[in-house]
Amino acid sequence: MARVELAVVDDSPAVELEALDQLWFQVAGTVCNLRCKHCFISCAPDNHSFWFMTREQVAEALSQSTELGVKEYYFTGGEPFMNREMEAILADTLEVGPATVLTNATLMPPRRARRLARLNAGSIYTLELRVSLDGITREMNDAIRGEGAFDRCVEGVRRLVEEGFLPIITCMRSWPEDETEDYLEGFRSLLAEVGYHRPRIKILPPLLMGEEAKRTRGYDETEQVTHEMLHGFDLSQLLCTRARLVTARGVYACPILLESPSARLGDTLEEAAGRPARLRESACYTCYLSGAICSNTSSSAGSDR
Amino acid sequence: MSGEPLTRVAALGGIYSNHQALRVAIDDARERGAQVIICLGDLGAFGPSPDKSAAILREEGIPVVRGNYDDSIARGLEDCQCGYTDPRDNHYARISYEYTLANTSSEHREWMSDFPHHIRFRMGAGPEALAVLAFHGSPRRMNEFLWETTTPTHFLQGLAAGHGADVLLGTHTGIHWSRPLGRGRWYVNAGALGRPANDGRREVWYTLLEFQDGHLEPHFVPVSYDVEALADEMLDEGLPDEFIETIRSGWWTTCLEVLPGKERARGRW
Repeated sequence: MARVELAVVDDSPAVELEALDQLWFQVAGTVCNLRCKHCFISCAPDNHSFWFMTREQVAEALSQSTELGVKEYYFTGGEPFMNREMEAILADTLEVGPATVLTNATLMPPRRARRLARLNAGSIYTLELRVSLDGITREMNDAIRGEGAFDRCVEGVRRLVEEGFLPIITCMRSWPEDETEDYLEGFRSLLAEVGYHRPRIKILPPLLMGEEAKRTRGYDETEQVTHEMLHGFDLSQLLCTRARLVTARGVYACPILLESPSARLGDTLEEAAGRPARLRESACYTCYLSGAICSNTSSSAGSDR
Repeated sequence: MSGEPLTRVAALGGIYSNHQALRVAIDDARERGAQVIICLGDLGAFGPSPDKSAAILREEGIPVVRGNYDDSIARGLEDCQCGYTDPRDNHYARISYEYTLANTSSEHREWMSDFPHHIRFRMGAGPEALAVLAFHGSPRRMNEFLWETTTPTHFLQGLAAGHGADVLLGTHTGIHWSRPLGRGRWYVNAGALGRPANDGRREVWYTLLEFQDGHLEPHFVPVSYDVEALADEMLDEGLPDEFIETIRSGWWTTCLEVLPGKERARGRW
């Protein structure tokens, strides 16, 4: 009897890398000291599905990146400062370009803040600390990020500000969109209390995946990017046309899709840069609607029309 | 741009309707022996009476590279393509854009619609001559920000090589800076004539490129102009007090979100 093979055809749109402007590092793997209820890749102290990157692994990618014309370097996890080599990694990075660390700032003793300030002062490039804080009160934040996270984070921000940093406070929007201005005001008052009088605040749309899908809702099946939706769309708004994510095991299309096997584009940076990314995940829909939410604003100007 | 080899070229960054500074800068550049003056775009925004700056540039026959503001005004787009996301920044950007669009004559808009994205010229002569590429934001994108602290040297070297240029000359960020790229090559950001460089000084800046003994040197030239006359005109035109505060204090008060941490930390706000 003849075997019938059903080939699964992936009809999702594919986009090429236009330029490798941003290089992301999953520098702490999926290891985090917190266990946030909205984490899109469910990072936790015991989530070892992706392990820390070594300084050598990062250095190798940095060296390839200069040939590939990378403009900015981003470090994420998990919590990057769980990686014992993080400061050395930042020192290496700041020799070649600007570095941004996405951190919860709860592992920020004064001596670390001081060392980071020294690294920043010693480079012609900027070191940005992007601090996740998900509420304007202890109750609001800790309901998502866990007990004690608020106090430690706010203290971390204070130390960074004392050292001259202007950390970018990022918050996932967990309120109706029309209340954003009220929350921004709340953040401004809270941050002023720790001496941060000209705060940089970035509100992010929720990604309905990982822990957040359990907390609120998952994507429904209509929330997908289709070929039709890309007609006349400015593709540079999608991070995967401008970035790749290096991890301890393989290179991915973007930092959001770490747990999607189809987003793994190769073993090496060069390989992954040459392969298109498929917009098959529902998270791509959020990126499509909100546009390059992962980038710093200094690099995310709208493109020419 | 033919004839004698160019050894002295003045580049004017974003004018932002500061016709007072524009007049002074042109006269100053001529006095310093600039053979050619070019403008890197963004004639409007921020300041008063946009037609005045346009008229000066046209009278003087100064070639202009297309800035995102000129592109938007010429085409009547709904915003300035600055790409702000902060609500406060967008609020001021909208005031500025709507004012400029409403006060730019159709004749000037038509003139702007012919601005090229790039202007190429050579400085010096013989084997040492350098190919200069002038643009607004970056050679690849009119509104790309190239800040000093977020732009790696290898990235600039790649842009120069990819566009066949020895000298990359742009503006868009509003803060002047330059960096040698090796083998006599340069990136030069001419800064802006329209508003101060967020350094607490009232002067604004233009750039003089000087080619001497086979080498290029960029010089940033401070321009003192009649700040109070401009402030009075901005007041009469109903422009926001925050803009007037900027030209009086030398510190940016709006559109701050796009600044990288280091540049932001050097300012007051």
